[in-house]
Amino acid sequence: MSLLNIENVEVTYKGKGRKKDFKALKGVSLDIRPGECVGLVGESGSGKTTLGRAVLGLAPVTAGSIKLNGHEISHASRDERRDLARDIQVVFQDPYSSLNPSMSIEQILAEPLMVRDWTKEAASKRVRELLDAVALPSDAADRRPREFSGGQRQRIAIARALALDPKLIVCDEPVSALDLSTQARVLDLFLEIQERTGVAYLFISHDLAVVHHLSHRIAVMYQGEIVEWGDGEQVSTKPSHAYTKRLMMAAPVPDPIEQTKRREERRKMLAAGLI
Amino acid sequence: MSNNKKTSDSLALKVLTNPLGIASVSIIAAFILFGIFVPIFSPWDPNSPDIYSSLTMPSADHWFGADSAGRDVFTRLAMSTRFSLMTASVAVIVAIVCGVLTGLIAGYFGGWFDNVSSWITSIVMALPGLVVLLASITVIGPSMWYSMAIFGVLMSPAYFRLVYTTVRGVRNELYVDAARVAGLTDTRIIGRHILGVVRAPIIIQTAIVASIAIAIQSGIEFLGLGDRNTPSWGAMLNEAFMKIYDFPILLVWPSVTIALISISLVIFANTVRDELERTGPRRKKVSGGKSAAQKAADAAANEAIIHPDTRGKDQEVILEVANLAVGYPDGSGGIKQVVHDVDLKIHRGEVVGLIGESGSGKTQTAFSVLGLLPAGGRVVAGSIIFEGQEITGAGAKTYDKIRGGKISYIPQEPMSNLDPSFTIGTQLVEPMMKVLGISKKEATSRAIGLLDRVGIPSPTTTMKKYPHEISGGQAQRVLIAGAVSCNPVLIIADEPTTALDVTVQAEVLDLLRELQKETNTALLLVTHNFGVVADLCDYINVMQNGRIIEAGGVVEIFKKAKHPYTQQLLNSILEGGPGRGKYVAPKGN
Amino acid sequence: MLTFILKRVANGLLMLFAVSFLSFFLMHLGAGNVARLMLGLEATADMVAQKNHELGLDKPFIDQYLNWLAGAVRLDLGNAWSMPDAVSNVLFPRLAITLQIVSITTLVAIIVAIILGTVAAVFGGVIDRVVQFIGLVGFAVPGFLVAFFLAALFAIQIPLFNAVGYTQFSDDPYQWLRSVTLPVLALAFSGIASASNQVRGSVKDALEMDYVRTLRARGLSFNRVVYKHVLRNSAGPALSIIGVQFVGMLGGSILIEQIFAIPGLGPIAVSATAMSDIPMIMGLVLITAMIVIAMNLIVDLLSAALNPKVRLS
Repeated sequence: MSLLNIENVEVTYKGKGRKKDFKALKGVSLDIRPGECVGLVGESGSGKTTLGRAVLGLAPVTAGSIKLNGHEISHASRDERRDLARDIQVVFQDPYSSLNPSMSIEQILAEPLMVRDWTKEAASKRVRELLDAVALPSDAADRRPREFSGGQRQRIAIARALALDPKLIVCDEPVSALDLSTQARVLDLFLEIQERTGVAYLFISHDLAVVHHLSHRIAVMYQGEIVEWGDGEQVSTKPSHAYTKRLMMAAPVPDPIEQTKRREERRKMLAAGLI
Repeated sequence: MSNNKKTSDSLALKVLTNPLGIASVSIIAAFILFGIFVPIFSPWDPNSPDIYSSLTMPSADHWFGADSAGRDVFTRLAMSTRFSLMTASVAVIVAIVCGVLTGLIAGYFGGWFDNVSSWITSIVMALPGLVVLLASITVIGPSMWYSMAIFGVLMSPAYFRLVYTTVRGVRNELYVDAARVAGLTDTRIIGRHILGVVRAPIIIQTAIVASIAIAIQSGIEFLGLGDRNTPSWGAMLNEAFMKIYDFPILLVWPSVTIALISISLVIFANTVRDELERTGPRRKKVSGGKSAAQKAADAAANEAIIHPDTRGKDQEVILEVANLAVGYPDGSGGIKQVVHDVDLKIHRGEVVGLIGESGSGKTQTAFSVLGLLPAGGRVVAGSIIFEGQEITGAGAKTYDKIRGGKISYIPQEPMSNLDPSFTIGTQLVEPMMKVLGISKKEATSRAIGLLDRVGIPSPTTTMKKYPHEISGGQAQRVLIAGAVSCNPVLIIADEPTTALDVTVQAEVLDLLRELQKETNTALLLVTHNFGVVADLCDYINVMQNGRIIEAGGVVEIFKKAKHPYTQQLLNSILEGGPGRGKYVAPKGN
Repeated sequence: MLTFILKRVANGLLMLFAVSFLSFFLMHLGAGNVARLMLGLEATADMVAQKNHELGLDKPFIDQYLNWLAGAVRLDLGNAWSMPDAVSNVLFPRLAITLQIVSITTLVAIIVAIILGTVAAVFGGVIDRVVQFIGLVGFAVPGFLVAFFLAALFAIQIPLFNAVGYTQFSDDPYQWLRSVTLPVLALAFSGIASASNQVRGSVKDALEMDYVRTLRARGLSFNRVVYKHVLRNSAGPALSIIGVQFVGMLGGSILIEQIFAIPGLGPIAVSATAMSDIPMIMGLVLITAMIVIAMNLIVDLLSAALNPKVRLS
């Protein structure tokens, strides 16, 4: 039984003036099981972010259906969305613009709780729990986003997403703005939270290695379509679609000897027209 | 909300502790008190004439003298101040109510309301304010209250535009998306996230609109189109103007009053703006004092690990950086160093990597070689010797000869590094003509050849294109063509593939490698990506906190890294690591 | 490009129509008052009705408007109420004088502002602070106060220039110069102040662009990058304020002309207002709106010509 079912979803942005309509998603289908991490990988313009936003209700779904536990949510009203917020949450890419600079961390984390009429005391207690869950000191609550580094801000964003114990978190490139060592720590946090709480992730990234590290299953997107979809290990190490192969071969291996081999292999595949 | 209030309180505090801020606020407050109390306590009636006092100079009786009708100027000025400030506030209030509301709605919700209000705004802005006011006086008659209300409508586009653009900006911030996902209603989002952002700009705008309203209002009164029976600054100016030859001092009082209040309002607006910019959100974290962890890291860094240098000893050294330190003014007279004690050596035709995380000082090191540190930055110690010549502290002339022809640069963001107003061709040809001293024709044919070499499909047409007409990958190729166009000895590439998609990155890396081999140009590659380093470099310097902490041949660093930080970085690499494994349904589901 | 121009021209005409309709409508909403204002409080209701009939104010509004519009497109703006002459005969010669002064002022203000703003942005330091201070004072102090100051100093205390009156350039260039210098300076002051700050801002922005560093890294000198690339890219934003400046000066000229007794649109606007001369005021509104819209159109086209993105689409 799947948690989220996406079927033949299309998203079309109306062109302004004489500009043509732009179809960002051309019939995309995938599903996410409870506690599963589904990786969504693709390059810029592939539609991976649009798919995430469609699930969140931030992009206009023009065809197809998105079902959460069997309930259609692609055209949910604002009131229904408010209820959905308990089940679906988000962590965005940019740790700088995703936190309101003029609010304290406590206010940011309590925001989703206040909407649901939590008492101040209960909310405050929950905020401490959340900070603890993402390994931030509890005195962080009174500080403002600008006092934190990129990695810490991303932890705050994760804490906000966890506030209502959601069933699914859409993670839109949550580590791509981070430094290498910070990235590793934040990814470990994502893993740890999933193991502990059983939340499912739709994990969007341009980096096949990141997605491979975290995902049970991987979907590869290209120009608004999913070109390959299946087991994480299979897709990222033995891909079958030419585009996935191209993606895999293009990423330089951080090992000078291996990379020389990879480069040679890529050159041959290109010459043979395989990718 | 309580914390939002805290920010604005601290802003108010900052404005009031700023000397200009407190001065302007005091002047405005003084005039308000002057307008309220003087008419109450003054022994003189501002309107009753007294021919015996006509045109008297300031005295103990008449502090500011008396006008041609013998009325006390001090009392009249106070009455005028009361009247003018009150009517000006009518304009301000009307403008705020009309402009802010429509701006909020149009900016937040968009749609037809946006289109209609934007169009109306542009119509209102096409009306010359004073002419419309005169027209309104024609039909309504001279009433400053009505005139200022109408002027308020005419000024409302200023608020509309301000609120509209601010709201549009905030609306696209991810934290507003996050609030929606959290289930906040629109009114709640506006209240929590948007009003807080527009409040300070509205205060600034209000001070400015008030000063304009005062100017316009006294202008109308001066023209004699105001209410004759009420004393006002403009009416006083009008009467004084008649006596400009005989008794010019009458012109001084209202002029000085208007000027003082207007200047105070504008200074107040500027001070708020300055303080706001100072407290405003910072994109980059300011690293404050060193933490204990950082100090420990520094201590470790002092023991930099330099692997035995096995590089081509037969090749000539073209760049030698020794003990380089780069600093920026820290705002309190001192210098904050961001690069410490960096040694770097590059031989002819060699590819040297400078790898580190953000804030490691790798880009600062690269820019100091180019002599193009961002504003304020400078080399505070050490030397940079290029082809035997010391270039630290060299003048613009020396650098202008070296840059382009000897050392060139490939930037990170392809799009922002091309001038949007000029064609690709112009931007390639212009430096070549200057550096190589060749004709435009020759430079053009050379540029076409270069574009062809870097893999641009139809070079001749691309020459005529503007940057926005080509893709990011193409733009990066153009920038690479530009960097190699004058046969440099050394190319400094600052994260040349970071902004590109991975498939484009692979192509650009291939291109860089080929060009480097063909021309035997040395390359200083600044990057955070170990894959890119592994692909291109012969030698690597690892940087942390402004220092080189480990350096060695590419295989040494990847296979025999000794410094804990380098090892930590290498361990963070995910490529080639294990996957997630099989999905197991969580218990209880 | 052609469709872009046509679109803008059509939009301009539409706006002109909207402005004329709206102002005509609003003026006639209040027009019941006009006969009363003209005749004074002691006039009887019959006299007021008689006057309304004379002025054609008793006809349906739409008739009045269409009638006026039909004339306006032939540049016939009807007869003035406050004097026995056609509105167009009164306004057009005066328009020429006002336009002359406003155009000279705009030109002076722009040239000075570009120099000051660029110098301030490029050199920074003391020069920058001086320019910012001038900008602040010039922006805050109303132009007519500057006019008083200039008149008192350079016409009355030191009689270098004429305090009042206007001489045609063709009659006597020297007297013309003496008559227009002070009005132009008084008007230009605030324009220079705000425009130089605007230029300073856009030059500063352009200086911080990545391509400035890249072009310098290719071997171009700092000055060359500033003159060719920075100024070119800051021209767009700076240009857009010319339109705003022009509108402001058109309004400001009413006061300035009154102070220096220059027979432009200013004095007639004041007397027409005092005497409730609706046709004259309608003519003024139409003419000024037309100038402003035309000016904005020119600015739009110029900035489109400067911006390759607009030029091509």
